[in-house]
Amino acid sequence: MADITALLQQQVLSARADGSKLNIIGGNSKAFMGRVASGEPLMVAGHSGIVSYQPVELVLTARAGTPLTELVAALDEHNQMLSFEPPRFGGAATIGGTLACNQSGPGRPWWSSVRDQVLGVRLLTGRGEHLRFGGQVMKNVAGYDVSRLQAGAMGSLGLITEVSLKVLPKPAVTRTLVFDVALEDAVALMNRRAAEPKPLSAACWLDNRLYLRLSGARAAVDATLAQWQGQGAESQGTQLEADDTFWAALRDQTLVFFEGDAPLWRFSIKSTAVNPDLPGNWLIDWGGAQRWYRGDASMAQMQQLAETAGGQVSLYRGGDRQADVMHPQARALQLLQQRLKQSFDPDGVLNPGRLYSWM
Amino acid sequence: MTEKSKPDKARLVELFRSFIDPEYVIEDAETQRPYECDGLSMYCEMPLVVVLPESVEQVQRVLQICHQHGIPVVARGAGTGLCAGAMPHAEGVLLSLAKFNQIVSIDPLARTARVQPGVRNLAITEAAAEHGLYYGPDPSSQIACTIGGNVAENSGGVHCLKYGLTVHNILSVEMLSVEGEKLSIGSQGLDSCGMDLMALITGSEGLLGIVTEVTVKLLPQPEKAQVVMAAFDSVQKAGDAVGGIISRGIIPGGLEMMDTHAISAAEDFAKAGYPKGAEALLLCEVDGTAEEVQEHIAQVESLFAAYGATSIRTSQSEAERALLWKGRKSAFPAVGRISPDYYCMDGTIPRGQLAHVLTEMQRMSDEYQLRVANVFHAGDGNLHPLILFDANVPGEFERTEEFGGRILELCVEVGGCITGEHGVGIEKIRQMPIQFSEQELVQFNAIKDAFDPAGTLNPGKGVPTLRHCQEHRALETRPMPATPTDTGAA
Repeated sequence: MADITALLQQQVLSARADGSKLNIIGGNSKAFMGRVASGEPLMVAGHSGIVSYQPVELVLTARAGTPLTELVAALDEHNQMLSFEPPRFGGAATIGGTLACNQSGPGRPWWSSVRDQVLGVRLLTGRGEHLRFGGQVMKNVAGYDVSRLQAGAMGSLGLITEVSLKVLPKPAVTRTLVFDVALEDAVALMNRRAAEPKPLSAACWLDNRLYLRLSGARAAVDATLAQWQGQGAESQGTQLEADDTFWAALRDQTLVFFEGDAPLWRFSIKSTAVNPDLPGNWLIDWGGAQRWYRGDASMAQMQQLAETAGGQVSLYRGGDRQADVMHPQARALQLLQQRLKQSFDPDGVLNPGRLYSWM
Repeated sequence: MTEKSKPDKARLVELFRSFIDPEYVIEDAETQRPYECDGLSMYCEMPLVVVLPESVEQVQRVLQICHQHGIPVVARGAGTGLCAGAMPHAEGVLLSLAKFNQIVSIDPLARTARVQPGVRNLAITEAAAEHGLYYGPDPSSQIACTIGGNVAENSGGVHCLKYGLTVHNILSVEMLSVEGEKLSIGSQGLDSCGMDLMALITGSEGLLGIVTEVTVKLLPQPEKAQVVMAAFDSVQKAGDAVGGIISRGIIPGGLEMMDTHAISAAEDFAKAGYPKGAEALLLCEVDGTAEEVQEHIAQVESLFAAYGATSIRTSQSEAERALLWKGRKSAFPAVGRISPDYYCMDGTIPRGQLAHVLTEMQRMSDEYQLRVANVFHAGDGNLHPLILFDANVPGEFERTEEFGGRILELCVEVGGCITGEHGVGIEKIRQMPIQFSEQELVQFNAIKDAFDPAGTLNPGKGVPTLRHCQEHRALETRPMPATPTDTGAA
């Protein structure tokens, strides 16, 4: 619970002065992501604490090293939530790392992503300048949207020191329906359900079972539950008891599916896409728009499958992390991102090579 | 790209006419006139040439030629913007994308639409209706404004609190760089690897590239929508009631507030049954399933009563709902009837600061001897003060502008920002240094340089350059406006 901006700034300035590189570390819960890190550790966990939280404004501001669990505890008191359901990774995950890695959970298609909910950031650039972008209000179109640009940049454009977020009220009631259904049918059904004006808040498929979560006003959830239970799939839907446990395990990537050392690939593709033709173990989330695969494959092969399915792929965990692990970028976009990197961090001090080998 | 070889106007027109239908390369003043300004007509300028290409390849060639010779390019959609973001450059090409007006495809199952940039916002919703879907963001100009312009300004509307801004409702764009190179940004998935370039492009006011296609998300039409209108005898009470709804865990589809001047003008105009004499009026729309709407409407009604509403009325039919909204939606033209001219501001404030901001504004209103009416997107804190003035009275527009500038400063002072949804353009460029430090403005300029090092895309807009002081002086000596706008916005 301290503001260590001055210390962090000093570390960036010294690194820049002596030509060294920095490896930004928050809760160290996502060291497995991106390419292998290099540089001196720059520890952000000490830069922690909620700066302001006004439940009636639906806005929360916290220092980047604040653990998600601390934010959730504060929000719980006012019956509000981080609507993007970020993975907490055993309680270590911080809000800064969550934004830098663009981490959102099962509710993402209906309740927005961390990127969507960010209203503003403070950022230490590679020049050691401490800048403020966006703000603490929901509508703000002054200047370029540098806050949301950070989502997925993995610290390559700056060290996020503070994040302002839009938060949402918790739904009054949540229920989950489970159906026995094969993959392709499940994808079609998820999309059909998502096109209905009903309180759907998550749709996931795993081990030949489709999970549909309903959240909202009690009467709306109950009516939809009754309506959907007997429809759409060959099997009758059943209500899942203790469904919170399932969705939390999916959110935190602690389901059995995520265990073991086999490479974990993440496809972010068109929700209706025919599933990539790869035998093996799949988990489908985000109503079809996020698909996880376990197994060995080459990036070139996966790139082609992802593009056929209208999206991109990354090697999320495991495998060769010296090589590039993010979807290859078109030449023009690569140059553009290199120039953007240059504009924020001209000497390449921050997280060199973590996002891409060429940046 | 040498200045020496820069073609003169005649040569440029000849060049463009070699690949664009000559009729759509406009060089004469009379035909150019409709392009001299956008919805903020106080700021106008005649361009060198107006072009209306009809294929991406033609746009590419326009950009290539302009890039080669360092000629400014200003993109334009329907020209409904309210910050002079589409005002032409005197030495530049005004690139109208009006001919890109095709909906390429709609995918009802995936709930997406691929559209060209000149497609009107409302046309997307109309085309999606047969599938039970619609496009979320609904700026008040939605009948006329185009999706390309919406992307440029990150447009909002009355449903932002629940359904988000343009940035939350688009998946990908095809665009051309200043050199005319094709760039595909985003995908048909919900996110892409690496830094979020979609967010950077959205709201970039035509400074980073020219969008040639947009893929938008579509939402299922709600089963039901109902609106509750409540009157209050103080702004403070109405503001507290808004907080009460949010605290109760209800996110309304729309939540609008009007002050006494706006209520009175709107009622005279629309005859919606607004209680004239009330200090504040709230319109709270709840949408969702039939059961959800029923449950939430009952809660909203009792909350309004508990917060001291002097009257409460709930729409009992679609016709009544439309009538209650009609007053709000016609608030701008209604204000236009009680004053020769008005100037619409667009700050955002934390909701809790509303009473303070309105009090301060009233004080300034007395000081400047200019009336002000307020409409407020109460759900998301976006305030539209309308300053009433008469452009025919010498000096009154200058006083209005100064008053407006002070309102924006006040918004920043209480923790808000200078523009919630209209954009910076030329209009608010002088207020940018109030919201941002010099280092932050330098960073914005560095981002611009990464896309457009020569600075030929929509120069002088959005972000003050390091030559800002110079431009500031130029702005102050610009010719006086013709007629002020009466374009409705948000």
